[in-house]
Amino acid sequence: MTSPILEVRDLVKRYPGVTAVDGLTFQVPPGMCFGLLGPNGAGKTTTMEIMEGILPPTAGAVFYRGKPLGERFRAEAGILFQATALQHFLTVRQSLALFRGLYTRGRDVEELLHACSLEALAGRDNRKLSGGQRQRLLLAIALVNDPTVLFLDEPTTGLDPQARRNFWELIGAIKDQGKTIILTTHYMDEAQMLCEQIAIVDHGRIIAQGSPGALLREHFAAVLLELPQAEFPPAARSLPLQLLETRERIEITTDDLDGTLRLLLAAGVPLTNLRMRPPNLEDLFLELTGHELRA
Amino acid sequence: MMRRLLAVWHARNLEFIRDRGSLLFTLVLPLSIIVGVAVIFGGPPRPLFTVGVLGGPTALVHNAFAHTRYVQFVPIANLQDGLHAVRHERIALLFAAGTPPHFWVNAHSPKGYIVERLLRAADPRAVRLAVSGRQIRYVDWLFPGILALNMMFSCLFGVGYVVLRYRQSGFLKRLHATPLTAFEFLGAQVLSRLTIILLISTVLYAAVGAIIHFHAAGNLALLLLVALLGALAMIALGLTVSARLASEELVNGLLNVLTWPMVMLSGVWFSLAGAPRWLRWMADALPLTQLLRAARAVMLYGAGIGAIAPQLVYLAVVTLVFLAIGAYSFKWRI
Repeated sequence: MTSPILEVRDLVKRYPGVTAVDGLTFQVPPGMCFGLLGPNGAGKTTTMEIMEGILPPTAGAVFYRGKPLGERFRAEAGILFQATALQHFLTVRQSLALFRGLYTRGRDVEELLHACSLEALAGRDNRKLSGGQRQRLLLAIALVNDPTVLFLDEPTTGLDPQARRNFWELIGAIKDQGKTIILTTHYMDEAQMLCEQIAIVDHGRIIAQGSPGALLREHFAAVLLELPQAEFPPAARSLPLQLLETRERIEITTDDLDGTLRLLLAAGVPLTNLRMRPPNLEDLFLELTGHELRA
Repeated sequence: MMRRLLAVWHARNLEFIRDRGSLLFTLVLPLSIIVGVAVIFGGPPRPLFTVGVLGGPTALVHNAFAHTRYVQFVPIANLQDGLHAVRHERIALLFAAGTPPHFWVNAHSPKGYIVERLLRAADPRAVRLAVSGRQIRYVDWLFPGILALNMMFSCLFGVGYVVLRYRQSGFLKRLHATPLTAFEFLGAQVLSRLTIILLISTVLYAAVGAIIHFHAAGNLALLLLVALLGALAMIALGLTVSARLASEELVNGLLNVLTWPMVMLSGVWFSLAGAPRWLRWMADALPLTQLLRAARAVMLYGAGIGAIAPQLVYLAVVTLVFLAIGAYSFKWRI
């Protein structure tokens, strides 16, 4: 088996009155996109910042290539924080040049401008970029040292769908270069699209870990039916079905579609607005934690 | 309309009251300035003129001039020091007892002219010996102070606020994720501000000097060394204030607490020669006082490096101490 490039062992981070990370242990093989998923406040960013070496853990440790984080890690890691401010009055090119100057080895600034589709913006003040353009600049900065391992903390939060898709394409290109990516997100489609492995974190603990496909197969042997709450009569709630109620809909998980539909019709449930779909990671999270990912 | 106006009025008042920096600035600062000025200028009327007496005040004991009110008589050890003081208007007149008594006065000095008239009224026998010396106008005396003040504000606020802004915005946190060390970051801040302030001061010196027809009496390279050490001390002070704080109000308050005593007590606007001894000691401890004393000595009196060595050493020590404190207590993140 390939040695992990990153290893997290029994990680704990406590703040007064709060345990943000509660004994996390996992390994990340090289060349993989590893997703840390969870709702706001689950401990994803705290875990990331400890892994990035900028926040000391209360207990436990992180290892890079089998050794505690050190100078080599700093030189070979690229980081995109959830929110990063840049130095004022610098253009896109100058911002990149500033960070390029902090590393002894790395990529050429012009090459990065091209790779992150920033050529047309190279002379623009970094404060005058749109959300998507700014995230592309921050990604370029994270790549400035040609990192072996890249940390992306909620990289597409706040971006419009078009900008998110553009960003995913850039991440896809980085994955093709064989780089290891650690990604936190609360967008399940993003995780499903980019990650080979995910760990779902809640209250500072991993509650499920594996590939998205394997986790879905493990937890959902069947299809998912969705019905509007308003059209679901109270009497039908006592049917022998696996039900999950959210604010606006009722979800039924079943591996016997014919039997379930017969039961619903017999109970007088109108099926006009019935929707059927395969389960996704959002459903998995609901299944595991009972609350929504963005709660 | 009134309801909306009152809602905004109330919220703004709360904002102001809870902003400790503004409150400090608005309440404590004017109070401190008034108290400070009262202490400095309070008490009995001060002498208007200073007269040097060769051989000490006993030499004047039998002369009617000694009873002139509002004239301060100070002992002068030797003629050379006395003439130097007259030439540079540190004393209005130098008196030597004898038969008849002699006195030396700067022919260009307005104070010298008035004190000479007072002396002649008291003792018509006194023999005048003129000393030629460049007149030091108030603007000449003020010029080094203005340059030093500009340097102080630029270094303290320019460094203190910028580092605070970097920390508040998370830019420092981003830098921390790179191989950049705290020493390298702080070193870059020091060098950047030093370069900028020396360039600005040089331009100001040349421009203002040309406008007011000022020519330094001393060596310009030595003056540059004084400016360099003074700027370093101020930058180090600014870095120390902002080394780990994340509150804008607190940093603002601290910087004001540091700058205003220097503005008032460092001798930029007036001399503290007549102030109480404890106040003069306090003023001596301020880096701006030492910077200004050295700059005036070089610019106005042509002092050499030996004469200003104590000031240079003091500024260097202040720089090292504050840089060490700043580097030790530096925090990358909130």
